[in-house]
Amino acid sequence: MNLLEVKDLKVTYGGIQSLKGISLTIAQGELVTLIGSNGAGKTTTLKALAGLLHPASGKVNYQQQSLLQIPAHQRVASGISLVPEGRGIFARLTVEENLLMGAYVRSDKAETATDLERQYVLFPRLAERRSQLAGTLSGGEQQMVAMSRALMSHPTLLMLDEPSMGLAPLMVEKIFETIRDISAQGVTILLVEQNAKLALEAAQRGYVLESGAITLSGAASELLGSDAVQRAYLGA
Amino acid sequence: MDIFFQQIINGLVQGSVYALVALGYTMVYGILGLINFAHGEVVMIGAMIALAVLQALLAAAFSPVLAVLISLMMAMAVCMALGYSIERIAYRPLRNAPRLAPLITAIGVSIVLQNLAMMIWGREYHAFTLPFNSVSHQIGGAIVNDVQIGIVVVALIIMAGLLWLVHHSRMGRAMRAVAENPAAATLMGVDINRVISNTFMLGSALAAIAGFMVSVNYGIVHYYMGFMLGLKAFTAAVLGGIGNLRGAMLGGVLLGLIESLGAGYIGDLTGGFLGSHYQDVFAFFVLIAVLVFRPSGLLGEKLAERA
Repeated sequence: MNLLEVKDLKVTYGGIQSLKGISLTIAQGELVTLIGSNGAGKTTTLKALAGLLHPASGKVNYQQQSLLQIPAHQRVASGISLVPEGRGIFARLTVEENLLMGAYVRSDKAETATDLERQYVLFPRLAERRSQLAGTLSGGEQQMVAMSRALMSHPTLLMLDEPSMGLAPLMVEKIFETIRDISAQGVTILLVEQNAKLALEAAQRGYVLESGAITLSGAASELLGSDAVQRAYLGA
Repeated sequence: MDIFFQQIINGLVQGSVYALVALGYTMVYGILGLINFAHGEVVMIGAMIALAVLQALLAAAFSPVLAVLISLMMAMAVCMALGYSIERIAYRPLRNAPRLAPLITAIGVSIVLQNLAMMIWGREYHAFTLPFNSVSHQIGGAIVNDVQIGIVVVALIIMAGLLWLVHHSRMGRAMRAVAENPAAATLMGVDINRVISNTFMLGSALAAIAGFMVSVNYGIVHYYMGFMLGLKAFTAAVLGGIGNLRGAMLGGVLLGLIESLGAGYIGDLTGGFLGSHYQDVFAFFVLIAVLVFRPSGLLGEKLAERA
């Protein structure tokens, strides 16, 4: 069954039509990637799904319900979580406070505490730095905070915007390993990446976005082998 | 030497009031980047409501202690509703407007509230005395009364409570998150409009308490009292570093002390040429000096943010 169905979504941003009617579906438990070059509309798609941008037209159904009338802050409680581009961590809050912000919509105190400890097991680096201000962490550590914070909300659909951006190769590997782990636990993931190779290797299916329209879609392995993707994104 | 201790005591009392009002300015600035120039009028409305309720209760033969407590509660409730309404009506529609628009609106709200108060309570001064005796104590040549001790103690408790709320409660965490990155806070499920409303109500409740304190200390209320008090509290917030809670507290107390010591010694220093009525000059001298030499204020140091 499809967890998310997007139909003919159009978004106008600053007078420019940045999404020209895209359609995509994500099944429960899938790891789907959206690849494309800079300015193709990847971030716009995620922001529209999270509710930070209002689409001009189109349909967005999540768990068979329309999302469009639901304000952004209420979408979190229904299981939609976005780790934004640039991570959006709270630099002047401690690491632990950042993680607790992730659990903001939850009222189960005891379980939140257990989850917090679980995050520290998943990311031992964060445990060492739990009382440090998040702004003093390295880029990779901040990405860990951002992902771990998103997990604290118990997402059904986790959306990641360029998690590898600006990170050292070793850290990129660690982040992708974590993405696979989260996926293996049954969380549905929509992954936006510029690093098409890594993203397609991790994902089951993929969509290619060009100038606000989807030009290719299919199984990740097929896309990885296709000439068009090879030429445009993998430098072959 | 007597006058020195006396001025320190006076400065601490007045500084406690400045600190409570400055907190209101600094909390709103921290979250919205807006100087809420109507905040001083909220203090005045708080004092007026407290007086009106107190007189009515005493006329109805309530016990003095109960009457004072209820009048303070009523003043806080009215000010919270007022603060909420000001934000909802005057500032929220301008959330994405150029910064000058809400600033001018704030001055407009301030004028409206002043005139409203003048229409309701008139232009005259009203006496505001507590319905019980305030005993004076002699401490090393200086005199301090129960009201003054009460003001400082209550202010300290409130400030400690506020710091706890902002740094250790879920609501405080949300306030700091919204202040830093509203979009990211929204992605955490925070309703930023609600956090902003809460901030205005919290600041206004402090304003009501401060209005009550300053009125019982001077024994007088007036529709124009919020203007100068608001400007000085704003100065205190800038002195401490606007947007910084501890800065507002420190700035308030420091400004009270500077003013009080300045007023106490200006006569001696100028050979009687300038008198203590020049006290207001000190506050604005401080404001100018801070803006010239340390625009970020005493505690307003910015944390370096790594990308």
